[in-house]
Amino acid sequence: MTGLLDNLLSGLALGSVYALVALGFVVIFKASGVLNFAHGSLLLLGGYLIAVLHDDLGFAGALALAVVVTAAVAGALDRFLLQRGEPDPHAAHVQTIVTIGLDIVLVTDLSRRIGGDLLSLGDPWGDSVHDLGPVTVADSRLAAIVVSAVVIGAVFALFRYTAWGLSLRAAAEDLEAASLMGVRLVRVRTLAWCLAGALAALAAVFLVAFPAPGLERTTGQIALKAFPAAILGGMTSPGGALAGSVLIGLTEAFVVGYQTELHVLGEGFGDVAPYAVMVLVLLVRPTGLFGARGAARV
Amino acid sequence: MPASPPDEERAALHVEDLDVAYGRALSALRSVSLTVPHGGVVTLLGANGAGKTTLLRAVSGTLRLHRGAITGGRIRYGDTALDGRDPVAAVRAGVVQVPEGRRVFAGLTVDENLRSGGLGLGRRSPALVREGRERVFTLFPRLAERPHQAAGLLSGGEQQMLAIGRALMAAPRLLLLDEPSLGLAPRMVARIAEVVREINAQGTAVLLVEQNAGMALSLADHAYVLEVGEIRLSGPADELARTDAVRRLYLGEETGTDHPSDAGQGVA
Repeated sequence: MTGLLDNLLSGLALGSVYALVALGFVVIFKASGVLNFAHGSLLLLGGYLIAVLHDDLGFAGALALAVVVTAAVAGALDRFLLQRGEPDPHAAHVQTIVTIGLDIVLVTDLSRRIGGDLLSLGDPWGDSVHDLGPVTVADSRLAAIVVSAVVIGAVFALFRYTAWGLSLRAAAEDLEAASLMGVRLVRVRTLAWCLAGALAALAAVFLVAFPAPGLERTTGQIALKAFPAAILGGMTSPGGALAGSVLIGLTEAFVVGYQTELHVLGEGFGDVAPYAVMVLVLLVRPTGLFGARGAARV
Repeated sequence: MPASPPDEERAALHVEDLDVAYGRALSALRSVSLTVPHGGVVTLLGANGAGKTTLLRAVSGTLRLHRGAITGGRIRYGDTALDGRDPVAAVRAGVVQVPEGRRVFAGLTVDENLRSGGLGLGRRSPALVREGRERVFTLFPRLAERPHQAAGLLSGGEQQMLAIGRALMAAPRLLLLDEPSLGLAPRMVARIAEVVREINAQGTAVLLVEQNAGMALSLADHAYVLEVGEIRLSGPADELARTDAVRRLYLGEETGTDHPSDAGQGVA
């Protein structure tokens, strides 16, 4: 019973971190039709900035600056390297390929800086734990769940109630019709990239917090587990990304938690499980859990 | 029509000697000139591929989404030059297009579709949005009954109403309508015609692009006929409707004579 609750909580914590990343994927895909393969390296950038800044600025200051800088970098990448002026509805494929190149450049540079080190982000939770009834849970995981819930709620509110959110959803449905309504396509899209960058930087905090050892150069790759989460959810649906993330997080936690019982699947199946779940779900629902028919607008 | 002379000049669409090409080579419009006066209804007739939609795209600034460009001539609305500008400039100037095939945002609710119509105006006070919504709901009571329904679940006629209503949310002074009768039942076509008349009576000028020439000519003061990228005929709508060429080609009537050259009021 304790094992079950334990796994459930760590699954939720993992899932809520993945949700921050997956939401970024979805926002970018909705706004631009681009699968952002540079998302992991944006997350790494955010984490790296917090790691080098927190001594001077304190954790909160470092986090704030890292979020702003990562958002700006993401927005600039989109504006100056991908969009370059005119909105072009036919360019999404090419731009997706470009993000692969951007990812390589960013990861190479950050790896060079990080080297073989494990960097601490100086988060306030450290390795402290709380007893919640029968289970003991790391404070960092509770923080992950609470902060993600609040931030994701705020993003959903942005989508629903702001002019930007409405512009984004309208443009995702029909670029030309939105443009005829006077939606500023370039700006709306760039802001979407900024938001995704900010979410990635925030996710970095919880991805490398206890019980993870710290920021290393491969942290960006871990973030790619949010990718099946986004696809599971249908790629264009923020709610789907959330559901997909929780599903992936729980799957991973349970597979790792019951590793001995699942020994027949081999060691380290936890790393594979998200992709296995993605494939299984897509076999039954090819458009994802919440994907509309023809959701792929590229 | 409340039109003092200066206002009339400030709020008229002038297209002068417009040339448009797609992909730098394919010429879609050649030397097209057209005027929509303040508060008037003008119709643009022509077969498929004549360039009607291209003309609207040039005015609304969406040519670039189709890899088209204006290669000559001018477009201005009052004092505002619209050629080579983005769609935001057209919307800000008061020129709003209802695209062909309705193109409502299917996954958004009726109410969200209407809200999206006001996006181009920047920060509008909630009062203005409410006012616009009121106006649309008065015009289309059917929409008022289902504000939270997804637009994709509306019938074709209701979607056309929503598309027009969405454009009206931007408080246009000139409405560009691209084939509003396309694919609609005759009863709905009549309803759309009524709506166009009503919108015009409220002071909004209309440029109506249609293949349904009968409906268009009954609504319009002035008409142009576009053929393969050039204006072939133009004149007052009722006169044009009587010419043999238009009756034969666009109204599907049998005529005795066969001299399209002495038809309309000359090439514009």
